[in-house]
Amino acid sequence: MNNAVKNRIKDNAFKYFGIACTSFGLLMLAIFIGNILIEGLARIDWDFITNFPSRNPDKAGILPALVGTLWIMGLTAIIAIPLGVSAGIYLEEYGRKNRLAKILEINISNLAGVPSIIYGLLGLEIFGRIMGMGGSLLAGASTLSLLILPVIIVSTREALKAVPKSIKEASFAMGASKWQTIWHQLLPASFGGVITGIILALSRAIGETAPLIVIGALAYVPFVPASPTDEFSVLPIQIFNWISRPQKGFAINAASAIIILLLVTFVLNGIAMYLRNRWQRKVRW
Amino acid sequence: MDKLEAKNVNVFYGLNKVINDVSISIKPNSVTAFIGPSGCGKSTFLRLFNRMNDYIDIFKMEGKVEIDGKNIYDKAIRVEELRKKVGMVFQKPNPFPKTIYENIVYGLRIQGIKDKNILDETVEKSLKQAALWEEVKDKLKNSALALSGGQQQRLCIARTLAVEPTVILMDEPASALDPISSAKVEELIYELKNNYTIVIVTHNMQQAARVSDTTAFFYMGELIEHDSTKIIFTNPKNERTQNYVTGRFG
Repeated sequence: MNNAVKNRIKDNAFKYFGIACTSFGLLMLAIFIGNILIEGLARIDWDFITNFPSRNPDKAGILPALVGTLWIMGLTAIIAIPLGVSAGIYLEEYGRKNRLAKILEINISNLAGVPSIIYGLLGLEIFGRIMGMGGSLLAGASTLSLLILPVIIVSTREALKAVPKSIKEASFAMGASKWQTIWHQLLPASFGGVITGIILALSRAIGETAPLIVIGALAYVPFVPASPTDEFSVLPIQIFNWISRPQKGFAINAASAIIILLLVTFVLNGIAMYLRNRWQRKVRW
Repeated sequence: MDKLEAKNVNVFYGLNKVINDVSISIKPNSVTAFIGPSGCGKSTFLRLFNRMNDYIDIFKMEGKVEIDGKNIYDKAIRVEELRKKVGMVFQKPNPFPKTIYENIVYGLRIQGIKDKNILDETVEKSLKQAALWEEVKDKLKNSALALSGGQQQRLCIARTLAVEPTVILMDEPASALDPISSAKVEELIYELKNNYTIVIVTHNMQQAARVSDTTAFFYMGELIEHDSTKIIFTNPKNERTQNYVTGRFG
């Protein structure tokens, strides 16, 4: 067997190995989604979405949890986007590139890997107790904001970094200040990347359970939260609660709630992809 | 009076001395070409005149750089104001990813000018000056990135002219262009000379000979010789200049 044949065999071997690896993940996801759909799809109707939780699985609904999730998403976005994007802009465009900056950079990346329950403990102490927010929506959103800040900061920086240096130079050479350059050139040119990072970060926040349990989000909420200081539940906690009940009916409810949660996540990711593609088409170097 | 003047300028990148005791004076309404082998410091030196080196963290400079007799590295100088007077055209055409119109008015917009009449007038005037008006007048609202490389570069020149500078720095403005576009840019430089002081860095000896009034030869961070272009190319005083312009090294 000569070398060319050997190489081709190796090449093919890796190709099929790669296909197998890729299909493993996809297959598992398909099985999971299929399973959930079979179990939960039938249970989803308007009542399921508009009902409050109940001891009777057939009457139980997800309204407070769904509204809580939407509240949490909105508040988290309001808190985390300005903070994260501004910090990213500062670090990338204003901060000096010295050793301190490198240490900071590594630590921000590390923060993204800290287990979320740790953030929950932090939020419980700072927002819940010291700042007196208790188990409110605001405390939950603040905690989740901390959790996703590193992701937004890092993706903002990456997006800014991807703007060609020549654009920045051109703007400076026209007499623009740093802020004018950022506002008129860098942000519009990196908008696709920034928004993608934000939405991916938010879709991570939407699925978080542990930190919210720690700060005291409730499993049974007989009212629709109406202001940021109200107590709340979110879909993942509702799901967790139903799964841990012994009755079969609640397991079905959990599956149905998972479908709704996935739907919200997919819609968010879809928006992210749409925006990214749209802006990439618009800005080509 | 001289338009641009550098006095005993040293530039360091960290511990590296990249410009060594360079002094030069440049007359108003003239074209000066900076020539020399790659890495000789001519681009760095050019960028001193609009302080574009300021963004390099390890950049340090000594000496004086004056425009109209004023030291532009003085603490009282606002660098944004300076750059309105000293425009720059880069090697690679770098239009903003916006419309042709928005590219031209960018310099005015950041100065806070909103009057549509002024903006419209400036667009037409600058594009005409840059010999681009006829080609783009019907598609001002199209993306600048859809233009050809040569058109983009003339757009960048028009964008620079829009803020009415008195000095234009050009860093190899035609090196990324095809010969025809390159010739158009050269022609433009020749015409602009009447109203602007132009300094151009170029690797192209013929180009330097064609467009410039005086030529400065840089080598290893030093200014070897600065004289009228005719003398530099026909009868230079320094042997290294002679060797370089005749193509024996570099």
